[in-house]
Amino acid sequence: MTDTSRTTSYLQSEEAARRVKKRYAAEKRFRFYGLAMISIGLIFLAILFYTIISAGLLGFQSSQIKVQVPLTAENLGIEPGASREDIEAISGFKLTKLARASLHTYLGLADGDRDARARSDGLLSNGVDTQLRDLILDDPAIIGSTVDVWLMAHGNVDPFLKRQISRDLPEERRLLNDQQLGWLDRLAADDRAALKFNTNLFKMGASADPELAGVAVGLIGSFFMMVLVVVIALPIGVGAAIYLEEFAPKNKLTDLVEVNINNLAAVPSIVFGILGLAIFINLLEMPRSAPVVGGLVLSLMTLPTVIIATRSALRAVPPSIKQAALGVGASKMQAIFHHVLPLAMPGILTGLIIGLAHALGETAPLIMIGMVAAVFDIPGGPLDPATALPVQIYMWAGLPERGFVALTSAAIMILLAFLLTMNATAVILRKRFERRW
Amino acid sequence: MDTRQSSLAERHAVADGQPQVKFVTRGVHVYYGEKEAIKGVSLDILNNEVTALIGPSGCGKSTYLRCLNRMNDTVDSARVTGSILLDGTDIYDKKVDVVQLRARVGMVFQKPNPFPKSIYENVAYGPKIHGLATKKADLDAIVETSLKKAGLWNEVSDRLETQGTALSGGQQQRLCIARAIAVSPEVILMDEPCSALDPIATARVEELIDELRENYAIVIVTHSMQQAARVSQKTAFFHLGDIVEHGKTEQIFTNPREERTRDYITGRFG
Ligand SMILES: Nc1ncnc2c1ncn2[C@@H]1O[C@H](COP(=O)(O)OP(=O)(O)OP(=O)(O)O)[C@@H](O)[C@H]1O
Ligand SMILES: [Mg+2]
Repeated sequence: MTDTSRTTSYLQSEEAARRVKKRYAAEKRFRFYGLAMISIGLIFLAILFYTIISAGLLGFQSSQIKVQVPLTAENLGIEPGASREDIEAISGFKLTKLARASLHTYLGLADGDRDARARSDGLLSNGVDTQLRDLILDDPAIIGSTVDVWLMAHGNVDPFLKRQISRDLPEERRLLNDQQLGWLDRLAADDRAALKFNTNLFKMGASADPELAGVAVGLIGSFFMMVLVVVIALPIGVGAAIYLEEFAPKNKLTDLVEVNINNLAAVPSIVFGILGLAIFINLLEMPRSAPVVGGLVLSLMTLPTVIIATRSALRAVPPSIKQAALGVGASKMQAIFHHVLPLAMPGILTGLIIGLAHALGETAPLIMIGMVAAVFDIPGGPLDPATALPVQIYMWAGLPERGFVALTSAAIMILLAFLLTMNATAVILRKRFERRW
Repeated sequence: MDTRQSSLAERHAVADGQPQVKFVTRGVHVYYGEKEAIKGVSLDILNNEVTALIGPSGCGKSTYLRCLNRMNDTVDSARVTGSILLDGTDIYDKKVDVVQLRARVGMVFQKPNPFPKSIYENVAYGPKIHGLATKKADLDAIVETSLKKAGLWNEVSDRLETQGTALSGGQQQRLCIARAIAVSPEVILMDEPCSALDPIATARVEELIDELRENYAIVIVTHSMQQAARVSQKTAFFHLGDIVEHGKTEQIFTNPREERTRDYITGRFG
């Protein structure tokens, strides 16, 4: 019996068949494990989305009460043909009183019944004055008429209309007493109390009242910071990577730089916050709570990621392309900028997406540089005080009012939407750079 | 001194109908770190001739070829000594601009490496960066003549905007040759230009090399004895970083002086 015949017979033997079967079984098992792991991941993702969305959807709605407000010039204390300035100068106190009085009229409360009136006042938000003023500013022609208008309900009303709090709770543990609930039912039956889209969520900044709080300041702050990160970290990171990869001499010093860049990518983000506090605020005396400082800190944090991604993207470009360019007499610069960099661009953008996603979700370093302040005014530029979306979420998560629970989830949804938009832009850009080989 | 004189002597020979000397290399050594890859090579490259470099793998053919357009500069560990004169000027002189040198001495690589851009862009890139054409019409003309010289025009004239990488291997290699010609070099270096091509594409490129000889000095590295015999007028046999023998191709292949050359050509080692 020769060697070859033995192998042939072995390959046809039962033993060999068993081995083949085992091999297939192992492959099947591995596929099953993979599927199982992915399924578990998907299940957790689904749970996450379900909890956030189910809690957050309520945050996009706010309770409103419809009242007939007699906006006579006399009631407002202005002349019929009043200018914008005059309207802006109407005292908030007067407007609030007017709105409250209108509700008193609707509920038929007597002048002298001060307790009942105070309780009815508790149904309306503290922000109704702004709402009325905006209404008049929008259309000054309504001065003199009686308008039927939806006004913000008080934050205490909100959980009842959203059925988050049971009415069966004993009265003394409820935020609204039986009388107020009765009024609310009356209003609801009359179609004068309902849930409406919460525009304040996108218009307002910080507020102690959940119905008047919004993410506008955080959204704008985050936007400014992301723009800064792209503008600062992308060119510096790509430049540094090109230098290190293509021009820097290979010696101990560049090795040290390389090791340090890799380490920096793993440094806890709060350390960058401390750095920002020490350098940008204490040393350079930049304003606190400003998106500029936040953007600079986040840029520092993102730089190592961009550098590392760019370097590996540059290394992944076949050297033959660079040689081809050098071969026709391109300088090193030209070879890199005309040929290597465009081919590395998809990889660089992937790195940038990862870096930006990190930066967008960062809270700790921003807290270090004072971006946790309650900012009411919409920032007009990156030097104005602002906050960031994740910081806003962090702050709301710590507040006891029921309304902020929904707002927190709603803000998380907005943050996710922001992230998706940003990533989609980068993916589209990347697609445009991707070329067939 | 000696080298300068011999080059001058040979340049005078042009008057007698002899080909003009393009490259004069004397005592070229190349080191990769400590390792000596080329050990004192002396060779002349003549105009209007194809010079073939043959020899077993790792003997330094590519290394020597890369000296001629200073591509070795891109290898960090490489160090070149000796004299390499192009038209009498040392190309390793500080005053020589390497970018201009590479425009004069073009290169075609072993693996076709078109840029992942359009066919037009591939050919136009060199002339553009060297400022050979400023107007679109001039550039168009250069692209057309280069592609024609490379024998590719008929196949691609109607689709200049398609990706260079979408061509077949042989077409890609001819595109690379067109790209090299587009900057009107004086010398073209080719490192195993047909090793990735099938016999038909190879025959096409060989034909092309023969046509190009009219206008350029060509140096080609090849592993195929038949190819060397077919396309070249001069042949240099490299072994272990040295030139064992060089001379007229006919003589090398029919009547080599050295035993080692004979063994290599007849396929007894290598
Ligand atoms: N970049 C490099 N770094 C270090 N050593 C190198 C480098 N390039 C080539 N060498 C060495 O120099 C010697 C000559 O290499 P070269 O590429 O010139 O050979 P070749 O004759 O072209 O071989 P082949 O026919 O296989 O292409 C080889 O021993 C090789 O190992
Ligand atoms: Mg080689």
